[in-house]
Amino acid sequence: MTGPTAQPIYLDHNASAPMPPAVVAAMAEAVAEPGNPSSVHGFGRAARQRIDGARRAVARLVGAAEQEIVFTSGGTEANNLALGGVGAERILVSAIEHDSVLRAAPQAERIPVTADGVVDLDALDAMLARGGGALVSIMLANNETGVIQPVAEAAAVAHRHGAMIHCDAIQAAGRMAVDVGALGADLLSLSGHKLGGPTGVGALVVRSGIALAPMLRGGGQERWRRAGTENIAGIVGFGAAAQAAGEASGDTEMLGAWRDDIERRIRDIAPDVPIYGSEVPRLANTSCLGMPGVKGETQVMAFDLAGIAVSAGSACSSGKVTPSAVLSAMGAAPDAAGEAIRVSLGRGNRAEDVDRFVAVWRDVYQRARRLRQAA
Amino acid sequence: MSYSEKLIDHYENPRNVGSLDKNAADVGTGLVGAPACGDVMKLQIRVNEQGIIEDAKFKTFGCGSAIASSSLATEWIKGKTLDEAETIKNNQIAQHLALPPVKIHCSVLAEDAIKAAVADYRAKHAGKSEAAE
Amino acid sequence: MATEAKNMAQGEKMNGANRPPLPIYLDYQATTPTDPRVVQAMLPWFTEKFGNPHSRNHAYGWEAEEAVEKARAQIGAIIGADEKEIVFTSGATESNNLALQGVARFYKDRKNHLITAVTEHKCVLDTMRHLEQEGFNVTYLPVAKDGLIDLAELKAAITDKTVLVSIMAANNEIGVIQPLAEIGAICRERGVFFHTDAAQAVGKIPLDVKSMKIDLMSISGHKIYGPKGIGALYVGRKPRVRLQALIHGGGQERGMRSGTLPTPLCVGLGEACAIAQREMGAEAERLKRLRDRFYAQIKKRLPEVYLNGDLERRLPGNLNLSFAYVEGEGLMMGIKDLCVSSGSACTSASLEPSYVLRALGVEEEMAHTSLRIGFGRFTTEQEVDYAVEHIVSSVNRLRAMSPLWEMAQEGIDLKSIQWAGH
Repeated sequence: MTGPTAQPIYLDHNASAPMPPAVVAAMAEAVAEPGNPSSVHGFGRAARQRIDGARRAVARLVGAAEQEIVFTSGGTEANNLALGGVGAERILVSAIEHDSVLRAAPQAERIPVTADGVVDLDALDAMLARGGGALVSIMLANNETGVIQPVAEAAAVAHRHGAMIHCDAIQAAGRMAVDVGALGADLLSLSGHKLGGPTGVGALVVRSGIALAPMLRGGGQERWRRAGTENIAGIVGFGAAAQAAGEASGDTEMLGAWRDDIERRIRDIAPDVPIYGSEVPRLANTSCLGMPGVKGETQVMAFDLAGIAVSAGSACSSGKVTPSAVLSAMGAAPDAAGEAIRVSLGRGNRAEDVDRFVAVWRDVYQRARRLRQAA
Repeated sequence: MSYSEKLIDHYENPRNVGSLDKNAADVGTGLVGAPACGDVMKLQIRVNEQGIIEDAKFKTFGCGSAIASSSLATEWIKGKTLDEAETIKNNQIAQHLALPPVKIHCSVLAEDAIKAAVADYRAKHAGKSEAAE
Repeated sequence: MATEAKNMAQGEKMNGANRPPLPIYLDYQATTPTDPRVVQAMLPWFTEKFGNPHSRNHAYGWEAEEAVEKARAQIGAIIGADEKEIVFTSGATESNNLALQGVARFYKDRKNHLITAVTEHKCVLDTMRHLEQEGFNVTYLPVAKDGLIDLAELKAAITDKTVLVSIMAANNEIGVIQPLAEIGAICRERGVFFHTDAAQAVGKIPLDVKSMKIDLMSISGHKIYGPKGIGALYVGRKPRVRLQALIHGGGQERGMRSGTLPTPLCVGLGEACAIAQREMGAEAERLKRLRDRFYAQIKKRLPEVYLNGDLERRLPGNLNLSFAYVEGEGLMMGIKDLCVSSGSACTSASLEPSYVLRALGVEEEMAHTSLRIGFGRFTTEQEVDYAVEHIVSSVNRLRAMSPLWEMAQEGIDLKSIQWAGH
C-alpha cells in the first residue's frame, strides 16, 4: 500500500476543482479592481467592461446570447432562481436532481428514473398530460453517477405539453458540450467552480422571452433579474474558466480512458461490484463504485489515509453523509446505496494516479473481505 | 456611458456662452426646462433687419449633454433666418453629438429653446410686421 | 471673475510637482478597492488550496473549512457577535433580502407588520414593497432634515403585529448614522426584532450587536476593502431569531443559506474585518481630518454650498454637498479626474434626483446639484487638496454659464418663475 507521505491525489473534481493558472491570473488581477460596475465614472466603466467580457465567454460556452446570462452567487442560487422565478403552477423534477433543485421546490412532483439512472420520459409524458402550466427540471449530467440525461427529448415532451424546462447543467458544463439551443432548455444553470472557475459564482441562462421574477431585489443589476453588486473577480474567473473549458475539450478523451481503465481493473479484482450507470452514456470523468459490505464513508476515510481524496454521497450535505438518494432512486437497496463512492477525475490527474487508486481500492476491498470471512 | 468627442468638445469649449440684453428690441430670449427637472436652457438670438440671426448666446444649467446641445444649437442658428432656425430638429442635434438614449431629452430641450427664442423675438415684433404689411 | 482667475492659477500650480496620480477615487461609499493585504490572504485559496469546505472526509475539505471558520470568527469579532451567529451570503443585498423576507415569512402566522425608514438602501425598500405585495404591512418612517428618524415616531409605529424593525446603521448617500442603541432598546422592550443594514458602517464606526441589542445585521465585503461577491448576515441567538431560507439546497450555513461557500471570498471578508477592527480608531480620526479639511476649504472658497445630512452623526469619510445652480452630472463631467457620484451608484444611471435627499426635504432643484464625496483608506491629503481645486474651478466655470446663477445674482427669485418643465 502506498504510504500517506506520497504526493496526495485529488479525485473529487465533481465537488470542486483546482483552477487553471489562466483563471487564477485573471482573478488575481480583477480582485484588485476598485470600481463598482454601476458607477458611471471611469473606474466603474472598467469594471463593467470586465463583466461584459466574462458574460460573452460564458454565453459562448453554452451557445446563449449575452443578454440571456444572469450571474448569480453559484449553482445553488441559479437553481433556486429558476424554480422560483417563473411562477409555474406545477413543478416536475427528476428524482435524481441535486438538493438545490429538490429543496428549492419541496412540493415538486418527482419524475422516476430507470435502473440505469436515466429519467423515464414516458413517465414524464404521462405526468404532463395531467396538464397545468408546468415547469420541468432535469439535470444534464448527474453529479454522483455522471449519467447523462435525455434533456433534449425531455424538452420536446415538455414543450409539446406547453410546459417550460429548466436544465441543471452544473456538472455537465466543461465536461461535455452544452448547447442551450440544441437542448431546447428555457432555463439552464451553471456553476463556476464545477468547470474550473471559482466558487461563489454561477449563472442562470434565461432564454429570451422567458419572464423571470427576481429572488434578490434591490439594484438593477443583471437587467433587474438579480440585484447586488457584481462579484467581479468571481465573474471574471468564471469567464476565463468558460473560455478554457471551451478550448480544452480534448481532455475528455484522456479522462475517459483513465476512468474506463479504473473500472476494468476493479472488475478484474471483483467482478460483482456495482458500477452505477456504466451501461448508459456518462460523463467521461465520473465513476460511481460500490463496495459490498463497506460503508462509503469508511472507504473515503481509508482513501484519505492513503492520500487520495474521493467522496461518498454528495459533499453539499454539510458533512452529513447519508445513503445516496440518487442510487436509491435507481433502485439500489439502502445498504448498497450507502456503500458507493464517487471518483471524479480532472485536469491535473496523471496516469499513475489510476494505478495508485486501484492499488488502494484492492487493499480496502480485500481487507474488508478478510474481516467478513473471519466473522 | 461614454460620450462622443464632439460632445466633450462642446462641453469643454462651449461656443457662445453669455447673455444678450433681453430687453433690447432685436433680441429674442428662450428660457426652457425647469430646475426641478435638472436642466434649464436660456438661449438668446440677436436678429438683424434682414431677419438673419446675427448672434446667439446661451446659458445652461444641466448635464454635459445639455450644455453641449445648447452650445451646438447656438452655433447652428447663427447666420440663419428665423424660419431656417426653426427647422432644426432635435434628432439632428442628437445625431451630431451622438447622444446616448437617456440623453435625447437634452436635444429636445435645445430645439425647444430655439423655438422659444424665435417666438419671443416674433412676439416683440408682431405689431411692427403687421404694420409693414 | 478675479477670484476665478486666482483659483485657476492655483489649480495650475497644483498641476505641477504636487499633482497626485489621476484619476482620484473619491467614491468609497460605492465600493472600496480590495486592500492588498486582503488580496494576499485570498490568493493561496485561488491556487493550491481549492478544497470544497463541505467535503468533510478529506484533508482538502478540512483545510478549507478551518479557513472559513476563522473568517467567521473574525467577522463576529468586529461586531461583538459569536461566530455561530454569522451566516455567509453573496453580499449585503442578499443579506438584506434574507433578513427581511426570511423573518417576515417565518413569523407570518403571528405577525404581519414591518417598520423601516424612507432613506433605506434600495434593496431594503424594494424587498419591503415586495413583502407588501405578499400581504404584509409596512410602515415607512420619515426622517428629519438631518437624516435621522424620530424615536417617538418609531415607538408609536410599533404594534403587537410588528415582527421586525429595519433601520440602516449608516446611510450610503449621506453617511448619517442612526441611533442604533436607542432603536435596539425600544425594539427589545417591545419584543420586536431589530435588523440593521450595516453595509456602510461595519469597520467604519464601532458596532456591538449585544449592547446595541441588534438581532440581525447585514455586512458587505466590498464596502470594507474586502472582495465583491461576499457578505454576511448576523443572526442573533439570544433572543433567537428564526428565518426562512431564500436559497435552499445542501443545507449549508445551518440551513439558512445553501450553496458551496467560496473559501477565498470568505477568507477575504474575514481578513478585511480583522484589518478594519485593528485600524478603525486611527483611520476614523484620519478620515475625519481629511473630510473636515476638504469641507472647510470648499466652504471658504465657494458660496452657496450646502451640506446634506447631519455633520456630526455621520461616517467620518462621507460628505454630500449641493453646489447650488450647478447640475451634479454636469459637474461630474467637469471633474473627470475625480471619481465621485451624484446620487447612489445603483441609481446614477437613471436621472432621477436622489430619493434620500428628497426625504431630507432637499428641494428637487437642489437635489440635482448634489455630489457624494467619499474618502477612504487610500485617500491622501494631496488628493484632497487637488480635489478642492478641481471642484472649485469647475463650479465657478459652470456657474458662469448657468442661467440660474445669473438670475440669482440679479436678485430674481427662481420660485417666482413659471417653469415649463418638459
